[in-house]
Amino acid sequence: MLSFFVKRLALAVLVALTVSAISFSLLFLAGDPAVALAGENATPADIARIREIQGFDRPLIVQYLDWLFRALQGDLGRSWYFHLPVTELIGDRLSTTMTLGMTSILFALALAMPMGIAAAVWQNSIIDRVALFIAVVGQAIPSFWFALMLIVVFAVNLGILPSSGADSWQSFVLPTIVLGYYATPAIMRLTRAGMLEVLSADYIRTARAKGLSPAKVVFKHALRNAVIPVISLAAVQLGFMLGGSIVVESIFALHGAGYLAWESISRNDLPTMQALILIFAMFYIFFTLLADLLNAWMDPRLRLR
Amino acid sequence: MNRTFLGAATAIGLCLAATGAMAGKADDTLKVELSGEVDTLNYYYNSSREGLVASLQIFDTLVVKDLSTGEFKPNLATEWTWIDDKTLEFQLASGITFHNGEAFTADDVVFTLNWAVDPASEIVVFDKVRWIESAEKVDDTTVRVKLKAPFPAALDFFALAIPIFPDQYYAEAGRDGMGVQPIGTGPYKVTAVEPGKSYTLEAFADYAGLGKPKAAIGKVEVATVSDSSTRIADLMSGRAEFLWQVAADVMPRLAESDETETASVSTMRIGFVTLDAAGRSNADTPLKNKLVRQAINHAIDRQAIVDALVQGGSELVNTPCSPIQFGCITDVTAYDYDPAKSKELLAEAGYPDGFALTMTGYRDKAYAEAMQQFLAEVGIQVTYDQLQYSALASAHMDGKVPMAFLTHGSSSIPDMSAITTEFFGGGAQDYARDQEVIDWVMAGNTSIDTAVRQENYTKALKKIADEAYWVPLFTYPLGFAYTADLSFTATPDELLRFYEMSWK
Repeated sequence: MLSFFVKRLALAVLVALTVSAISFSLLFLAGDPAVALAGENATPADIARIREIQGFDRPLIVQYLDWLFRALQGDLGRSWYFHLPVTELIGDRLSTTMTLGMTSILFALALAMPMGIAAAVWQNSIIDRVALFIAVVGQAIPSFWFALMLIVVFAVNLGILPSSGADSWQSFVLPTIVLGYYATPAIMRLTRAGMLEVLSADYIRTARAKGLSPAKVVFKHALRNAVIPVISLAAVQLGFMLGGSIVVESIFALHGAGYLAWESISRNDLPTMQALILIFAMFYIFFTLLADLLNAWMDPRLRLR
Repeated sequence: MNRTFLGAATAIGLCLAATGAMAGKADDTLKVELSGEVDTLNYYYNSSREGLVASLQIFDTLVVKDLSTGEFKPNLATEWTWIDDKTLEFQLASGITFHNGEAFTADDVVFTLNWAVDPASEIVVFDKVRWIESAEKVDDTTVRVKLKAPFPAALDFFALAIPIFPDQYYAEAGRDGMGVQPIGTGPYKVTAVEPGKSYTLEAFADYAGLGKPKAAIGKVEVATVSDSSTRIADLMSGRAEFLWQVAADVMPRLAESDETETASVSTMRIGFVTLDAAGRSNADTPLKNKLVRQAINHAIDRQAIVDALVQGGSELVNTPCSPIQFGCITDVTAYDYDPAKSKELLAEAGYPDGFALTMTGYRDKAYAEAMQQFLAEVGIQVTYDQLQYSALASAHMDGKVPMAFLTHGSSSIPDMSAITTEFFGGGAQDYARDQEVIDWVMAGNTSIDTAVRQENYTKALKKIADEAYWVPLFTYPLGFAYTADLSFTATPDELLRFYEMSWK
């Protein structure tokens, strides 16, 4: 188990480094950051002045190594726009995004797994059809549209939940439903497919033949095996939610890390952007690693591969 | 139809029946939602319009300009005199204090100006002060400002773009402290800041500036909500009471509600297309030919774009400046929509079958696509590229863009030098490179004699129009939606003055 862990960790570090190097060069291609900093009436002389102050006139590789060296010491630089240390800025925003990501994945699992199990147990029944319908709708509705509909109903017409901000737990209810619902179809279908496969396996027939109750067969024997791919998927979905909740965060004015990333791109706030890309990449890597380890723990055969 | 409009239209449609509780007047708090983030409240490190809006409420400038008469009025300074064409002297008002109790003195003015022009301060709005050489204290209430060269728009900048900071507080708080706990002499003091999310203003009871009224609304909460549909839903549900940058196409429906009012004003921001008349992007470009440039001007039905897309009180412009700016005349050659004439001109120029060209822009894709369509009708095949503003601005300065669809708000400075110099003064964004025009623009920029300025600007603007160096398009309107309890008058300078608003 330990060598499995070390191998996966070494791979993760390499992936993180590659992501940061590629993103650093891509960000520079998106436009001259000095122009974005200088504003509307700036002359080339003003821009040259800012370029010199910020050190943009140095070769790209020097700038990258400089950044990397400091990042390794925990200094991710200062935001060009907020004039605050990036770590401080992101730390504040990350808690919002983490809260939203966790509540959303829990919501998605709570909705998708029972639906997937029911759809498999009663295959081709009306329950299966309803579950399929909910999944298709979840995949087809654009997030912004769904968000707006919820705002109209719950914030404007009923007035029971806030439409923007992050001042209380109620502020997270609507964004959680939108973001969680988006992840539901994939988890639901994978649960259903996994359960169908396992339910037709020989050992399940044996369990049934032994006279075990249907509930015991489904939850004790079938689910444990069917859930393995679901864990991997949920981990990847959580990574996606932490880095990709831009639309939801911007509609509900949640000011999380996803929204900060979007704003930083449009303003060429390179230190913030660079740090966020690194952190998002770390999320993916961490959750994929976690999923691998969980799977290996649940299925000892995987450790040998 | 874009996502924003679709969303907003649906939200309004479904919300109109519902009414939110408008608590603003009852608790004397105006809740404002803006689209852009206010990253720092330290004005000199924030080049965004939201930053300028915040600075107007918190800080004071030496003078203010009355937009209706064009006259300068006392604010922190009671009088000002040009000693010579490079020296301006201010007599300062007494009895004014900063929000923290620090007395306003000549030292604050001298500190602010000398600190801002010092390269070591690394301010990002250096374009607002780069013409200042230095400031010196003559006595406790007199400050003398030395200019690098004659700069007639100096008072316009002093009226808006150069707020005075407290020297003692700044020495303690520094750049970052001023960003989260700014102290000024303005009508509102800041009581809470969450960088990028929100800030709260409270009326300053001891406000004593001469040019702005004392704030009538006790508290103003300003929050950033980037999604326009959410802002509208917030207005409808009573979570917000004042919005700006409201799209013209949703305004009529918002106005149907008894609880909201709307306003729209044509602003100083103009849209235009630059044409590479100097051949900077390509020595063989057809745009070097005056007849081609005139043909392009005749091909685009600007009024149709205004009526169908821009709306909201937008007006056509024929000059590279806003008609409300000093120096900007409107009596120049105008090019009516006339596709037949456009084709004739193209044939005369040697392009009877038209040609292909690339146009680059950074916003309002629908307007660009409409222009693309109009140009296709006379045979000019335009490929449209949309980039981030900074990417387009870099390429434009490097002389790589044959045709750019741009907008410019002159940083709200009501003097045409704020826009024309940049595009016709011989600098990086000048694609005409017409020495005669450059000389006239510069003569207008450096004389403090109003008549001499006007004469030179007139010559420059007439030639720019005759030569069709640009396709000047239209003014950008700005839409506002707010609670019916609020008394508010929109101004054309793309700014908000909370201290001039009141409850009905």
